[in-house]
Formats: sequence, structure tokens, C-alpha cells
Amino acid sequence: MFAFLVRRISQAVFVMLVISLLGFSIRHQIGDPVRDLVGVSVSVAEREALRDELGLNDPFHVQYLRFLKGLLKGDLGQSFFFKKPALDVILAKMPATLELVFCAGVIIVVFSVPLGMYAAIRPKSFFSRLIMGGSIVGVSIPVFLTAILLIYLFSVILGWLPSYGRGELVMVGGWQTGMLTADGWLHLILPSIALSSIMLPLFIRLIRSEMMEVLETEYIRFAHAKGLSKVRVWLVHGFRNTLLPVITVGGVQIGTMIAFTILTETVFQWHGMGFMFLEAVQRADTSLLVAYLMVVGFLFVVVNTLVDILYGIVNPKVRVSGRQ
Amino acid sequence: MTRWQAFKDSYFLYSFKRDKVAVTSFVIFLLLLVMAFSAPWTAPHNPYDTATIDIMDSNLPPAWMDEGETRFVLGTDIQGRDLLSTMMYGMRVSILIGLGAVILQAVLGIFIGLVAGYAGGRVDAFLMRLADVQLSFSTLMVAIFISAIFQTAFGAGRYEQMAVPILILVIGLAEWPQYARTVRASVLGEKGKEYVEAARVIGLPSMRIMFRHILPNTLSPVLVISTVQVANAVMSEAALSFLGLGMPVTRPSLGSLINSGFEYIFSGSWWITLFPGFLLVLLVLVINLLGDWLRDVLNPKLYKG
Repeated sequence: MFAFLVRRISQAVFVMLVISLLGFSIRHQIGDPVRDLVGVSVSVAEREALRDELGLNDPFHVQYLRFLKGLLKGDLGQSFFFKKPALDVILAKMPATLELVFCAGVIIVVFSVPLGMYAAIRPKSFFSRLIMGGSIVGVSIPVFLTAILLIYLFSVILGWLPSYGRGELVMVGGWQTGMLTADGWLHLILPSIALSSIMLPLFIRLIRSEMMEVLETEYIRFAHAKGLSKVRVWLVHGFRNTLLPVITVGGVQIGTMIAFTILTETVFQWHGMGFMFLEAVQRADTSLLVAYLMVVGFLFVVVNTLVDILYGIVNPKVRVSGRQ
Repeated sequence: MTRWQAFKDSYFLYSFKRDKVAVTSFVIFLLLLVMAFSAPWTAPHNPYDTATIDIMDSNLPPAWMDEGETRFVLGTDIQGRDLLSTMMYGMRVSILIGLGAVILQAVLGIFIGLVAGYAGGRVDAFLMRLADVQLSFSTLMVAIFISAIFQTAFGAGRYEQMAVPILILVIGLAEWPQYARTVRASVLGEKGKEYVEAARVIGLPSMRIMFRHILPNTLSPVLVISTVQVANAVMSEAALSFLGLGMPVTRPSLGSLINSGFEYIFSGSWWITLFPGFLLVLLVLVINLLGDWLRDVLNPKLYKG
């Protein structure tokens, strides 16, 4: 187990190094830290002096090592537009995104588990066919279109729900949350449904196919033969064994969710990390862009490593051969 | 027996004709293709020709509504372009980018998958680890990052001029791991078989064995994922264009049309967004349904994950 842990963690560190190298080369090639600091209205000579002082004329590897040292201390550079450290900007926007992802995640779990199980247990029934047909339509509708349709229906035509922004916010120890006010919850409904709409069909299909495979096995037949109640066989014997692959895939899908927050946040003017990222692209704010790459990359690597390690604990075979 | 005869008697065609969903999807897909590629001759207006566009015609609703005009069946967008024609041209752009991106990712992915599977050992471990890492970041995220970097590097103006090749490159680079994993998995299955061993014994070079002997036997899973990948590529292109990282409004794809209409949905001009949106969903849906049917028929052992 220890060897597996070491191997997996060193792999994560290696991936992080590659990401940092990518991020650094982007900043090195495209960004201009001098402009980020002083703006455009400073003479060329003064800029050159500043470049020397900042060490921008040093060789590539020296600068890269300095960049890495900064990363370890949590220094991701200065945002050109906000005139603040990039990490602070991102951390201030992060709660909005995390709340959105959390709510969408809850919706996905609450709906995909019963629907997927039902479709697996009664594959031939009309309702199951409806679920499966609906899920392929769901996969084919892009998330931004779902979001627009929701806005058109519930905000423009019916006028029930707000169409943009986060509503009334409360500060709780540096965490700006919309989950403590009724207005905040109203603003959360449409974005979370839109964000969950892309993953829900995938999870229903995944749970269905895994569960159907499990229901074919010998031990399920044995449990039925033993005379256990059907519900017990489905939930305790069947569903428990479906969970493992679902969790593994689910952990990886968190990455995809973060990508889709960029789209959802754009449509709903939701001031989270994704919205900030797109603004940074439009403003050519390279430092902020690279900082976002670092933070999101870090999140992905941590989540993936944790999922792999959990999987290794549950399923000892993986430790020897690697995840298949 | 001629090839045509063999095809007519094949199980492939038999199961196709029996599956109503597949036949309907195929017919709709063909119709959409014809609509898209005949656009320069059949579209009622030319949205690229600024001389024929009159700003006075802007924002007209579809013909069956009160203020609609029969000249513009589905209404006009905010610049006064006929929506039906713009959609036909836009779909052509979307399909072209989707196909181009799939060809690029297939070439990259098949080559890498073949090499990884055939060479094995360290090469395999390295390439597949690379694919895993890239996939764990989700293809859309990678595509958004690459295009964001391109846009900052080139500036928005240059980026818009070269949008089509850039989008093909971006989506192709983002999605190759799907192919690489699929091909590698079936190469591993084929590698141990006798015909490969025989080819190796008579001293054929590895390249020839890989491309002439193993590759043809791995093509059915490639065909199956290709359909789904076209749908994915069209979706990715739409997403990028919607974010303003794709096709410009002057040469719109379906995604940028949806984006340009989105601002006006609050003032009631739903047609600019919803018609292109519907067309996009229809296109992706029929490709996905065809892919589903193809998977059931060919039933290859797909890489699970």
C-alpha cells in the first residue's frame, strides 16, 4: 500500500510540474509582467530597467525556478486588470463556483441513482425506455442552450425566477455565500439545473449499465434463491457493488463539471471563477489566465489522486497493476 | 457476387432497414447535409454579401407572426440577415469544423494508439499516462484553454480571420486521447494473434505490420466512436463559439448565431437564438442516434472508462 501511495503521489507531483511548466511558458511567451505592473504609459528605458530589476532578462530555467518557488508560497503573479495578486482574485470568486457545482452535484445524485436503478431493474418497461430516450436527447442539448431555454421559459415568459447574478449575498468568515438568503436560493435554481443537465444523462446511463452487469452475477441469483426480499437484493447486494465504478468515474467527471461552469456562469452572469476566466481572456490578462490554469489544474490533480487512492484502498488489485 | 450484392444481403443493411429510429435519423441527417452544403445555391439570401443586407430589415419575426415578412421565412437577425440562410451557412461551417477536427484527432489518435499498443513497455506507459492526464482535464476544458491561449497570443482580430483552421486544430488536439485509447485496446487484443506473429516471422518491418495488418482489424471500434466524436466536435465548436472563442459573427457557425441572439432574448426576439439552437440539437441528436445504432450492430469491445 505504501509503495502504491508513493507512486501515485509522485505521479501527481510530476503532472503538477508539467502544468506549471506549461503555465510558465505561456506567461513567458505571451504575457508582459512589466505591463501588468505599471501599465502602458511608461517609457522604454524605464521598462528595461524594471525588466532587469525583476529578473526578466535571466535565462529561462532561472526564471522557471523562481516561478516554482513563488507557486509554493502561493504567489501566482499579479492580475493586470484587478491590480491585485491573481490568487486573491480567484479565491474571492471560488465560493460562487463551488456553491454552483455543489448544488448541481446534489441534483445529479438525487435523480440519477433512482432513475438509473429503475432503468436497470426493469429494462423493458415503458418508463425505462422513456428515461433512456430522454437521456440521449439530454446528452445532445448543449449546456448553454439548456440554460438559455430555462431563462426564456422561467424568466422571460413566466417571470418566476431571476435570470442573472447571485442575488443577495451574506459574508460568512470570508466566504461570500448565497445559500443563506431566500433570494440567493432563487438565483441558484436555474444555474444548478442547467449545469446538472449535461451530467445527469451520463450518470443515469452509467448507473444503469453497471447495475445491469451486477444483476447478472451469480451472487445476486444466489441472494434471490435464498429468499431475500427483492428490495434488499437490489439495494444492499446490487447497488452497493454498482457504486465503486460510479464513484471512480464520478470523481473524474468533477473536472468536466468545472469546464461546464465556464459556460453556465457566462449565460447567467454568475460571478464565479469561470466567468472571471472568460473576462481575463477578453482583457488579455495573462497572469490571471495562468493563475486560473494553475488553480484548476491543482484541483483536478488533487481530486484524481484522491479518487485513485480511495479506489486502491477499496480494490487491492489496483495497487499492483494500476487502474485499468 | 459483386460487392454491391454482398452489401445488399449483409446483416448490416438488414438491421438498418429494420430499425425505424436509425432510418429516420439517417434520412434527417442526409437532409441536413444537403441543406448545409447546397447553401450557396439554395439559400434564399447570401448572408456573406453585405450589399444585399438592409439594416431596416433587422430583427423581423418569422413570416407567420404579425410583423413577419414572407421574404424572410424564419425572420431576420439583428444585422438584418435572413435567419434561414444564415443558419444553412452556419451549419455548413459547424459540420466542416466538426469533420475536420475528427479527421485530425483520428489521425493523431490512431497513430499514437497503434504505436503505444504495438511497442508496449515504457512508450506505452508514457503515452497512455499522457492520454489519461489529458482526459482527466476533460476535453472541453483543454479546448477552452488552448483557444484562450491562441486568442491571447494572436489577438482577437487575427484569431477571427483564422478561426476555422484554429478551431479544427484546437478540437483535434483536445480529443485525440479517445481514439488513442480505443485503438490501443484493440491493438492489444490483435497483437497476440497468429497472423501478426506470422507477419513478424517472415520479417516484415513493424511499420508495415502496424498499418497494413493490425490497423484494418481495429477499424470497427474506430468507426463507432467516430460518429459520437463528430457529434462531440460539433458540440465543442458550438460551445467555443458561444464563449466568443470560435467563429466571429460575420461568418457565424450555429454556436455564434446562438450567442449573438442571446442578448435579444430578453426583448422577446426568441427566434434568433431558438431556431439555430433547435437545428444544432437536431444535428447532434441524429448523429448520436446513428452512433448508438452502429454500436449495437458492430458491437465491438469498447474501452470502458
